[in-house]
Amino acid sequence: MANVKNKNQQSGRLVIEGELTIYTAMELKDKLLTGLSTTEELELDLSGVGEFDAAGLQLLVMIKQEAADLGKVLRFTGHSPVVLDLLDLSGLAGFFGDPLLFVYKPTHEGKST
Amino acid sequence: MIPDEYLQTFVVECRELLEQMEEALLIVEQAADDPEIINAIFRAAHTIKGSAGMFGIDPIVVFTHAAESVLDRVRSGDIAMSSVLAALFIEAHDHLSVLINHVAEDSHPASEIDSHGKSLIKQLEAYLGEAVADQPDHSGEMPVVHQSKLEREQSDEVGTDLWHLSLRFGVDVFRNGMDPFSFVRCLSSLGSIVQLVTLIDAIPVTEEMDPESCYLGFEISFSSDADKLAIESVFNFVRSDCFIRILPPRSKASEYQRLILELPEQEMRLGEILVKCGTLTPEELENILRFQSEHGDAPQRPIGEVLVEQQLVSPPVVEAALEKQKQINDHKKSEANLIRVDAEKLDELINLVGELIIAGAGTNLIARRAGMADLMESTATLSRLVEEVRDSALALRMVQIGGTFNRFQRVVRDVSKELGKDIDLVISGAETELDKTVVEKIGDPLTHLVRNSMDHGIEPAELRIARGKPAKGTLRLNAYHDAGSIVIEVSDDGGGLNKEKILGKAIERGLVAESANLTDKEIYNLIFEAGFSTADAVSNLSGRGVGMDVVRRNIQALRGTIDLDSVEGQGSTIRIRLPLTLAIIDGFMVGVGKAAYVIPLDMVVECIELRAWASDEGDGQYLNLRGEVLPYRRLRDHFDMEGERVQRENVVVVRYGEHKAGLVVDKLMGEFQTVIKPLGKLFKGEKSIGGFTILGSGEVALIVDVPGLMGQIEHERGMGEMTVAMAAK
Repeated sequence: MANVKNKNQQSGRLVIEGELTIYTAMELKDKLLTGLSTTEELELDLSGVGEFDAAGLQLLVMIKQEAADLGKVLRFTGHSPVVLDLLDLSGLAGFFGDPLLFVYKPTHEGKST
Repeated sequence: MIPDEYLQTFVVECRELLEQMEEALLIVEQAADDPEIINAIFRAAHTIKGSAGMFGIDPIVVFTHAAESVLDRVRSGDIAMSSVLAALFIEAHDHLSVLINHVAEDSHPASEIDSHGKSLIKQLEAYLGEAVADQPDHSGEMPVVHQSKLEREQSDEVGTDLWHLSLRFGVDVFRNGMDPFSFVRCLSSLGSIVQLVTLIDAIPVTEEMDPESCYLGFEISFSSDADKLAIESVFNFVRSDCFIRILPPRSKASEYQRLILELPEQEMRLGEILVKCGTLTPEELENILRFQSEHGDAPQRPIGEVLVEQQLVSPPVVEAALEKQKQINDHKKSEANLIRVDAEKLDELINLVGELIIAGAGTNLIARRAGMADLMESTATLSRLVEEVRDSALALRMVQIGGTFNRFQRVVRDVSKELGKDIDLVISGAETELDKTVVEKIGDPLTHLVRNSMDHGIEPAELRIARGKPAKGTLRLNAYHDAGSIVIEVSDDGGGLNKEKILGKAIERGLVAESANLTDKEIYNLIFEAGFSTADAVSNLSGRGVGMDVVRRNIQALRGTIDLDSVEGQGSTIRIRLPLTLAIIDGFMVGVGKAAYVIPLDMVVECIELRAWASDEGDGQYLNLRGEVLPYRRLRDHFDMEGERVQRENVVVVRYGEHKAGLVVDKLMGEFQTVIKPLGKLFKGEKSIGGFTILGSGEVALIVDVPGLMGQIEHERGMGEMTVAMAAK
């Protein structure tokens, strides 16, 4: 694992495209967990999420907690408008603690924490 | 947002469900309640609600929910199914189909439809009995000031102007097609959400978490003028598998305290949330918690016990949810054997099969010409297979006529109510299959016929009794296969047609000559003539401006025929005869001169030699076929072809319905699979040709339209009956 960490800045990155909803939750759970297991620091790019519902939100909470339990770093970046909308509504933005302001300027890569 | 094809599927499915629902409702309306059938209605409503919820089509969800709740009560036996209630459900069903049509067209229902829906919901809710009885009617949307209704101790009041909502969603919320946030959004329409805390505490550890289960909860503080009922109604659809607590503004501290106890989370955590929500101030929370520990009774119970209690409460809920899930699965399973296929794809397949047949015929021809025995044998196998492929491809398009027939249960019910007549519909031959395109087009003409029969055929009850018939009229729909066509009969036991009146009117309108000597049947069939339809009070079967000639035209457009039998005083039967399929037929190929013609094989009875049967001259119009009079016609003459008659002419005896006729041809060329290609508009006037086909050699053969040809001959024959009479002697 340690050697992964060295080059993880680029490799530990997962892009979710399209639906992050109940319809895709099952497969995305596995995908996220696998993604997390291979790296110490994972960046989850949400810029391509076109649909986002409570099931998707739940999944993000799950993976965030899992990352915290494993002592890994998980960052969500590039939140798409639908993601932002629901995060705002749910009041969970604070829980995730990701720098949301990067989303308002989507040209920036949300990495510099 | 929703992909079009999903929406399309949704609409199609809903329509199917509505059809089932209607069918079941009509049975229920007639007979006593059969739990099976009521279950079927409930399931249909439930599925529609579920899928509408999935697509977020709220008007349908709201409406269906009202119907479903009542149905649920009926199912559990709390409410008895009556014909009045069934009629209400039928109305609800109609409203639903209107709503679904709007979805299909992507249009918004007009406000009167909306208000109609509301009044239906109100009527439905009236059945919910005490559930509504002790709740004020809130449909008026007037914000009801609720404070007065709640007794509370002034001193204990919590100083907030906000509602507090605690929601814990059931695990199956997602599976039931709902998104918790959609309720939150819906809530926003009633007021403004001041603060919302999403509770994620219940999300289990990774391994145990089922991404399709819902573990969320909300604590919401909410500012609104709406009354409690209105707020509650937002959560109508999840009420069954959710924990919902709604505290009005300025509720007693003890109520908050109870809330905290009721909720599954630890009290401190909850307290924090309530404070975070802005529902309680930190001081108030402190007071409540202190109050709780001071007063030794109920609140003194350890929080663990409350949690256990909570868990004790959940199993039945979970079980119910599981059961629901299972029901839906069972339902799905029985449907899994069906595949929905785009009709266009089927058409394409049948087109291709058609081309394959033509190409196969070409190969056959070449094989025969080359005289290679091996090749001929293999092409024979090939064409047998192609034939089978053709049959199964065509069978794909075949549907049972029962579905169409069943729609008339409703028509008969409505029309008999409208007319104040008691009429029974008896359906037989529902399993008879015919081509889907034909089925689609037969609905309208059938409706005309059924309505006509009910309106003008079946007499009012008094008259029926006077005539010694049962007061209840009977209308029959029957279907069966006969000689390559399907026959659909609409018959009633009404008054029948009045021959004299029809004939009189026809003469008056100049449709027949006064001196014409017509058979009964010919007279009856006059009502199908154009120009006869506008007549009112002529016959028992006219009026309404629905022209029987239009019906006949529609049937003829399907290459079918229509005729009518009637016995005065006892009823009439209208018989529609339609080809089974419009695309490919088994043909019998004959040659006349150099041209080839195809006669639909189903109509061919036998082939005989002309000279062996015709009376000596062989030139007349009839021959004596084993004692039977058989009119015949030379195709060569009919199509005005040049060339000499051949030595041995053959007669193909064809039958259509009750008519038999002989077609004299030069050569018999045998069976031939025929792909019917329609003729251009130019040949529209030609009745005796039904289409053309391409032979293996690339030549074109015309397909003889036997009914058309017969009609034409009959027409030309003029005073046919007399000649027949003479020839018979």
